[in-house]
Amino acid sequence: MCTYNTVRTTMDGSAKGPHGKWFHVTDATVYYDHPVHAMAAHTLNIDVANPADGPAARVALELTATAARALATAIEDALAAVPEDLLT
Amino acid sequence: MTVVTDNLTAKTIQITGAGGDDIEAYLASPDDEGTRGGVVVVHHLPGYDRATKEITRRFAELGYDALCPNLHFREAPGAAPDDAAATVRAHGGVPDDRFLGDVEGAIKHLRGLPSSNGKVGVIGYCSGGRQSVLVACSLPVDAAVDCYGAFVTGTPPEGYPLQIGNLVDKLPDLRCPLLGLFGNEDRYPSPEHVDELEQILKDNDKSYELHRYDGAGHGFFAVDRDMYRVAAANDGWERIESFYAEHLGA
Repeated sequence: MCTYNTVRTTMDGSAKGPHGKWFHVTDATVYYDHPVHAMAAHTLNIDVANPADGPAARVALELTATAARALATAIEDALAAVPEDLLT
Repeated sequence: MTVVTDNLTAKTIQITGAGGDDIEAYLASPDDEGTRGGVVVVHHLPGYDRATKEITRRFAELGYDALCPNLHFREAPGAAPDDAAATVRAHGGVPDDRFLGDVEGAIKHLRGLPSSNGKVGVIGYCSGGRQSVLVACSLPVDAAVDCYGAFVTGTPPEGYPLQIGNLVDKLPDLRCPLLGLFGNEDRYPSPEHVDELEQILKDNDKSYELHRYDGAGHGFFAVDRDMYRVAAANDGWERIESFYAEHLGA
């Protein structure tokens, strides 16, 4: 199936992308659909991008559902361990 | 006697798409002389990629002029197919009216080739399967193939971000024979969605043949994916060959 469901969010940060260069990222899209590269019928896909710099300004992740949940938990755990006054 | 060499030429060209825009397209043609039918290959949502170009060349090997328009060209000219697809997805997908304009341009290009016998078919996979049926309901083509297109029937889930609906209201306008190839383990389209399609086609006295494969789900033609199912894909290719030979021949 193609789920097509796409969740979008804006963001502020940096990513290391094509040609090993860091770039500022402003947008992310998250969706569960067929991957380009991962060997699974469906994966949780994350595109972290700066659309203003063109389609290639993108870092892509294709994760199994289990891996995606583990990543989400790890992110929450890492943030939970930080004193509140350090969070921005 | 006509000599068939298996020689073919494949190249990137520009065609005129929706709104008079120049868009990129991939054209594969047999080198042999004579006239022949044309096939518009509609790429899937992951883009105008290597796998779709391989399919386009296969139609040339089968004896057709085959043309695959890059439906993502406007958003991402020159970008890698996966980057272009990600950009288009973030924009909500390809609107149906623009898609139809681009395919109309592809059909005109094929019919304008010196080798054209005047007949043109369309084929699409995945999201392109639905789009192939949309073409068959909207544009002058002679045969259409739908490979597991979701939302020809059935309803897109709530919150669905792409700008599409199902084609139930359009199916009475289907203007050419339809070949549908589906995996029984697929959920979009599910066997029930295919049942609904068959009932609508039957009720409207349309020319169609639908084939359903056990042990296959979505994307069973995709040779580079886990979902590839060799038996279903081989039989499907044979069905496509026979269908196009019947409807696109001289």
